[in-house]
Amino acid sequence: MAETGPFLHARWLGTPVKRREDPKLLTGSATFIDDITLPGMLHLSFVRSPYAHAVIRGIDVAPALALPGVVAAVTGEEAADFAPAFPPNPGYRQPPRYLLAREKVRKVGEAVAAVLAEDRYRAADAVEAVTVDYDPLPAVADPEAALKPDAPQLWDDFPGNAIVLEAPHGGGDVDAAFAAADVVVRQRMTCARLAPSAIETRGVVAAYEPWSRQLTVHATTQAPHRMRGLLAELTGLPEGNIRVIAPEMGGGFGAKGNVYHEEALACFLAMRLGRPVKWIESRSEAFTGTNHGRGQVAYIELAARRDGTLLGLKLDIIADLGHTCDLSTAGLHGNTVRLVTNCYAVPAARVMLTEALTNKTPTAAYRGAGRPEAVYFMERAMDLLAAELGMDPITLRRKNFIPPEAFPYRTITGLTYDSGNYAGALDAVLDQADYEGMVRERDAARAAGRLVGIGLSCYVESCGPAAANRGGGAAAWEYGAVRVNRTGAVELLTGISAHGQGHETTLSQLAAEVLGVDPETVTLHERDTAVVSQGVGTFGSRSMIMGGSALYVALRAIEAKMRRIAAAVTETPAEDLVFGDGRIFPDGAPERGVPFAQVAARAYANPPAGEEPGLEAQHFYASQGMTFPFGAYLVMAEVDRETGAVTLLRFEGVDDCGPVINPLIVAGQVHGGIAQGLGQALFEEVVYDEGGQLLSGTFMDYAMPRAEHFPTLRIGHTVTPSPITPLGLKGVGEAGTIGSVPAIVSAVMDALSPFGIRHLDPPLTPLKLWQAMNEGVRG
Amino acid sequence: MVPAEFGYVAPRTITEALALLERYGDSARLLAGGHSLIPLMKLRLAMPSMLIDLGEITELRGIRDDSGTLVIGATTTHATVAANELVRARYPVLAEAAGQIGDVQVRNRGTIGGSLAHADPAADLPAVMLALDAQLNICSPAGARLVAARSFFEGMFTTQLAATEMLTEIRLPPLPARTGTAYQKAANLASGYAIVGVAVVVTLDSDGAVAAARIGVTGAGAQPVRATTAEAALAGRVPGEANLSMAASAAGHDIEDPLDDMHASADYRRHLVAVHTRRALERAIAAAG
Repeated sequence: MAETGPFLHARWLGTPVKRREDPKLLTGSATFIDDITLPGMLHLSFVRSPYAHAVIRGIDVAPALALPGVVAAVTGEEAADFAPAFPPNPGYRQPPRYLLAREKVRKVGEAVAAVLAEDRYRAADAVEAVTVDYDPLPAVADPEAALKPDAPQLWDDFPGNAIVLEAPHGGGDVDAAFAAADVVVRQRMTCARLAPSAIETRGVVAAYEPWSRQLTVHATTQAPHRMRGLLAELTGLPEGNIRVIAPEMGGGFGAKGNVYHEEALACFLAMRLGRPVKWIESRSEAFTGTNHGRGQVAYIELAARRDGTLLGLKLDIIADLGHTCDLSTAGLHGNTVRLVTNCYAVPAARVMLTEALTNKTPTAAYRGAGRPEAVYFMERAMDLLAAELGMDPITLRRKNFIPPEAFPYRTITGLTYDSGNYAGALDAVLDQADYEGMVRERDAARAAGRLVGIGLSCYVESCGPAAANRGGGAAAWEYGAVRVNRTGAVELLTGISAHGQGHETTLSQLAAEVLGVDPETVTLHERDTAVVSQGVGTFGSRSMIMGGSALYVALRAIEAKMRRIAAAVTETPAEDLVFGDGRIFPDGAPERGVPFAQVAARAYANPPAGEEPGLEAQHFYASQGMTFPFGAYLVMAEVDRETGAVTLLRFEGVDDCGPVINPLIVAGQVHGGIAQGLGQALFEEVVYDEGGQLLSGTFMDYAMPRAEHFPTLRIGHTVTPSPITPLGLKGVGEAGTIGSVPAIVSAVMDALSPFGIRHLDPPLTPLKLWQAMNEGVRG
Repeated sequence: MVPAEFGYVAPRTITEALALLERYGDSARLLAGGHSLIPLMKLRLAMPSMLIDLGEITELRGIRDDSGTLVIGATTTHATVAANELVRARYPVLAEAAGQIGDVQVRNRGTIGGSLAHADPAADLPAVMLALDAQLNICSPAGARLVAARSFFEGMFTTQLAATEMLTEIRLPPLPARTGTAYQKAANLASGYAIVGVAVVVTLDSDGAVAAARIGVTGAGAQPVRATTAEAALAGRVPGEANLSMAASAAGHDIEDPLDDMHASADYRRHLVAVHTRRALERAIAAAG
């Protein structure tokens, strides 16, 4: 039973049902991409550039073809004859995305040739045997350096390496706001590049049947229907001839929402050779081949009155694109631009976005996708402003919160926030943490000579599609369908695509609630375009608000029809019937009811007059706008004065994602998000040298968070339903990642306050903190 | 991340293994736990044509007492070493260090001899071997020889081992009464290897002065070293605030040419050696009682 909110009297909504998915995953019986083997299957492998920037003078594949078991090899120029480049993102001018590099390479790891062999070992030998003659060119890795006049140029059509120089976003009289301000704070901030690092790398198995022209693609994708559409566009096959299946996946985090070169090329090669083609990404390849996340430099300025009232904001963002951009790149920068005002009423803002081409892997969606950057910039700036004003950071935030009665609230950057109670979440976390006690604990530790600090962040997440974002309208809908069979079994079909989210569990709870059946009688179909006719996919915290809402509407249609049939059978007015325990019965008189299965059977055989046979409903759910979950996180951290090492002592969080369907799954989402936020705050950074060589290309050099780094995560909830989704749901997938980074950084900065250190950007490694403390001492 | 083609043999005895090593020479590599070698092979940074797997040789495994000297077979796993009662009782510093290597899976496969022979400059155990004054038994078809740990390591990934030789045993001499030990480590956040690891063995005399101190340092430079200036600074003195600080600082300066990379600058490494020497000394002295 739900504790709070609209699910107060619910049987299944709000219940911590254990994940149905887990037994097969935990026992190793689930099928992942590398478990798929087809007869006659060839293994694909790629020859990749060791240079960040070079002219390809020539490629000799003959030595590879001479090896036993090697079946074919193809260069970029050869591939261009049968495999076109990806189409650009709609409404977006971008450099071409060839399936294999042509003429030049522009990043380390860019594929220049592909080989196919009878097994993976021979394919790897063949890669070694290919010789490529490169003429190295000067490269540029730093996004700000890339925009300088003398920087090496990546693409002839993009002079200055700037892909788009955005018009300013925002509104209000910014110049007047800054002129009138008592206080202005400015800070340069960075969000380092991150490697999404799902536990399972990417992969594809493509098979083509030439006589029926059927292409079947198993791929690690978060959006099978999007992949199907793009493959149809690329191959010219009718979309109905392409079937995309996403097997079980070991995480995606947004990085598997893209359609990648290797996946498309595998399809073309399967079509040309008439044999199935498999490619499994190695971890080394993943570090350069899978999109990176984050990668932004920002110059932020806040203008305020002496009493703390915010008057204006200026933000200049330089986004580090990499050598081209992928499907999600455009949208994610829009997220940063629009979300930066966070939970505050900012009367005037001017946000500039410059996207810089660099000789590196493209940056694209990674859990949060532009939102963590926005909230990090704003929350750190609020701390700096509080320090400048000599005001408590909590007081400053309270003063500037958008008040609960102001919703729906149109922000100066063009978003419409659906609902919120930011002070409510802040109060809840202060109460939960015993904030006064926490402060006493910190002060006592300080008095004992320890470096202990407290950090707070208040965050807003944005979920689902933003039609205003470039390309975002394409995701402003989702598909759901419900079938009730003659036996009374319920089948759900959804266009969202789980890769760890537990859709099977949550959506069966939803069906069980509406239809009054046991969740065990509900079967979910997803991740297969031949079974589910349409869909968008799972990303941007959209699964429940989009896929869940689509199914909810379809379930209500089924419920209505069954109610009519049951009314005829029981001779009771339809509106007096209730669904529960596998029966449909007059409220208060279960003995006069009929079994759910009997009503289902009746829908097929001998339906009441006026009813069509069958029990199926589908719904294309149209988004009514983005939802805006929110919360407040409080962290206590200690820095080792001698080594610079950070220990998190406490982590207290309150999230508000609207009503919660399954508390266990929501907790898992929040914990996972915080884990990735902790990685971003303290450890993770993709490091290139100035010439674009990757220095962090293995897990020996790229640091991931581990269990030992976590204190107990104490997470509470407030519940503020969204007025624009049918169940009031808001989404939760990225909350933890967004809220945790500024809270952790802020706690460390507070710990370092005795050194007069104002601001450091993540990752806050021991080396960085030690150096800062020593500079502080010297200064 | 797919290795090149290689052959594989699994001898049953040390004699057989040595004969195979002589036969295949430089093109062969000995396989112990494989936690360094296999990743190198998967990256094709190592491409041996023959792997000689030592896993079937029972005489290479196990821990036994030999008249007060503790003898550890080269293919004894880190997990076994860390859990062994004799090791924990007599050489707690070794159990402590072995228990911090990698993760559970690595400790269940990785071996003490494999780690020492691989001579990764950031490995934990070399520091401990120096501090314990270990003797390493090395066999070849020509016979056996004992080498002090101190002369075994010659540089990054290089040791005294010749192509036809293998490390078979680690021999630890007994420690005197009133001896305390400790291992302190600044772990690389990514790999878990030591950015700096300091192993300390301190013996106190009846007056509470330091009778002997041995300080082994790993991770800081191209090869593990003894911090001899620091050791000398302690000898004969009753440990106190001043001489512990002096010894710690001396240990930092005992690193002649600290490594410098994106994880730790040379300055920071030198500083960490001092910090962890100090912390290890405090713990070891407390343990010596």
